[in-house]
Amino acid sequence: MSTVVLLTATGLGLGALYFLVASGLSLIFGLMDVLNFAHGALLSIGAYATWWAASGHLPGAGSGGAGFVWAVAFGTAVGTVAAMVLELALIRPLYERPREQVLATVGVGLAVPALLSAVWGADARTFPGPTALSGTFGLLGARIPVNRLVLIGAALVVLVALRLFLGRTRHGLVVRAGVEDRAMVTALGIDVRRAFTLVFAIGGAAAALGGALGGLYYGSVDPGQGTSLLIFAFVVVVMGGMGSVSGAALAAVGVGLVQQFANYYTASGLGDLAVVVLLAALLLLRPHGATGRLA
Amino acid sequence: MTLATQPREKTAAAAPPAATGRLGRFARWWPMAALAALLAAPYSSLPLPGLLDGPIGSAGNLQLLALCLVFGALATGYDLLLGRTGLLSFGHALYFAAGSYATDVIMIEAGLPFGAAAVLGLLFGVALAAVLGSVSLRVGGIAFSMVTLAFAQAGSILVERDPGGWTGGEEGRAAPADKLPASLVGIGNTVNLYWIALAYLVVTVAVVHWAVRSPTGRVWEGIKENERRVEVLGLRPYGFKLTAFVLAGALAAVGGIVHLLLTGGATPQTTTSDFTLSLLVMVVLGGSGSRWGPLVGGVLYTWADHRLGDLAGSGSVADLPSVLRVPLSQPLFLLGTLFVVVVYVLPGGVVRLPERIGAARRTRTAPTAQGS
Repeated sequence: MSTVVLLTATGLGLGALYFLVASGLSLIFGLMDVLNFAHGALLSIGAYATWWAASGHLPGAGSGGAGFVWAVAFGTAVGTVAAMVLELALIRPLYERPREQVLATVGVGLAVPALLSAVWGADARTFPGPTALSGTFGLLGARIPVNRLVLIGAALVVLVALRLFLGRTRHGLVVRAGVEDRAMVTALGIDVRRAFTLVFAIGGAAAALGGALGGLYYGSVDPGQGTSLLIFAFVVVVMGGMGSVSGAALAAVGVGLVQQFANYYTASGLGDLAVVVLLAALLLLRPHGATGRLA
Repeated sequence: MTLATQPREKTAAAAPPAATGRLGRFARWWPMAALAALLAAPYSSLPLPGLLDGPIGSAGNLQLLALCLVFGALATGYDLLLGRTGLLSFGHALYFAAGSYATDVIMIEAGLPFGAAAVLGLLFGVALAAVLGSVSLRVGGIAFSMVTLAFAQAGSILVERDPGGWTGGEEGRAAPADKLPASLVGIGNTVNLYWIALAYLVVTVAVVHWAVRSPTGRVWEGIKENERRVEVLGLRPYGFKLTAFVLAGALAAVGGIVHLLLTGGATPQTTTSDFTLSLLVMVVLGGSGSRWGPLVGGVLYTWADHRLGDLAGSGSVADLPSVLRVPLSQPLFLLGTLFVVVVYVLPGGVVRLPERIGAARRTRTAPTAQGS
């Protein structure tokens, strides 16, 4: 029983991490048809910025209490700015050329981890977290690490905030309409390109937050972390349906749980395998993706 | 069948006669000159300071040159999908790794000699490409890219998992020296490996050239331009796309076998999605859809990947302030940045550079010609 509880908690924590990466990825693809290969790099930027701040380089930030919250906020802000710069400087001039946009993000996805490892080394760095979050708590006989709870909580907050934003605000309405039919929104006289920057900023913020909290989950940061999460985030995006935030949340939980349970109860690595095969099977059975926006 | 759009090769080939005189003749003959230089390389003791460390003919440099040729050829084969048929596959590394690992494992586990193992390895790569290609090509666009990515990732996880101790997990698996011909083992025989790599390159370029000029190649061109129109003409694109996929997979599998010989083992790095992405970078860097572009891109990328790191450690760079020195020490950062720049300002890749410069010069001289 305690094993099941622990696996569930870990799977949910992993799912929360996937959701933070996939929600932005999904919105970006849904709205702009850009498969953002630089999304993992945005996560890494957030993780490194938080690590840099929490190691005492940023005044007021530290590894404990309010200092850590400030460090996470700083990391998220850096990721947001990086995403906006990426959109304004690289993606925007390549509109109407989706393949070149994808290629440009591939280039950024290669360059940023290389730059991070040039500056801070290719080896994993220990992530300084508050002692309050490094412990465990008891639940139904299992000792569950507190940081899983933090991840799940953050993902829930992001999910609710995104749903409120998309459902209750005018900008959210434009984004939703753009996901449905971009040409129509443009025809109605709304500059949909502003929504592009907005969606990139939101996606970057979520991914950077994922990076900051992923540092807690893994206990360390390394340049390749974002890229290795990206493939599973793709799986989540495809399974959840492009452009659907709630779908991404459901798929993220499913993928996280399947991975944890299969890795534990069958052979290690088989869960990862199952998930990617699931992606292929799903795409082949429903070639147009869950919402018909793919292909 | 005739397609209204002329093959792009024609328009590119039409340029040299227009560029009159010596330049045109050079453009036609430079591949021969390059091949002659490559044939002469092992016998040369000429140093290329900056480009290579020591004389060209030394074992280390021949190894690097051979790697450059293998990746140039591999990129040329990959461009059959990307630049000729318009298929963005993110799983091409799988077929390269399949050739490499299958040959290695057959040699070790079944005890077959290298020749037989290589043939079986190639067959395995072709069969894998045929099976996975026939499945992946049922979807198009980004979905195709994702399915190929998923299959390649599954292959990568399998190799890392080391099923039955066959793949050696993260360490990879060294090729058994006793199963290889004696002429291919040891540093003294690097030159033989170089010849094999060069032969692979020549074969790949010839096959791709021939395939693109064949009627099937014309249909690929049509699929790339407008798939719907090919269907309207009464052709099923699926079979043609599958042909391109399997041919590219077969060429990649041969490349994997050559790589196995060259590096003395199969490594899990060749299975990763990063490896496919680097192929993509090579092709786009050099110039997708052109005859020599992917080759140039592959050679450039491999050389930069191996040599820029050494250069960064050398004196001239070490004296620079850290703002410049740190990014310069990472070849991948430079390559990624260069790649973005090429995507931006040089959509045809590096091979289009002379043509573009020529075009720019012509437009500058044109007004004066009209005036006189």
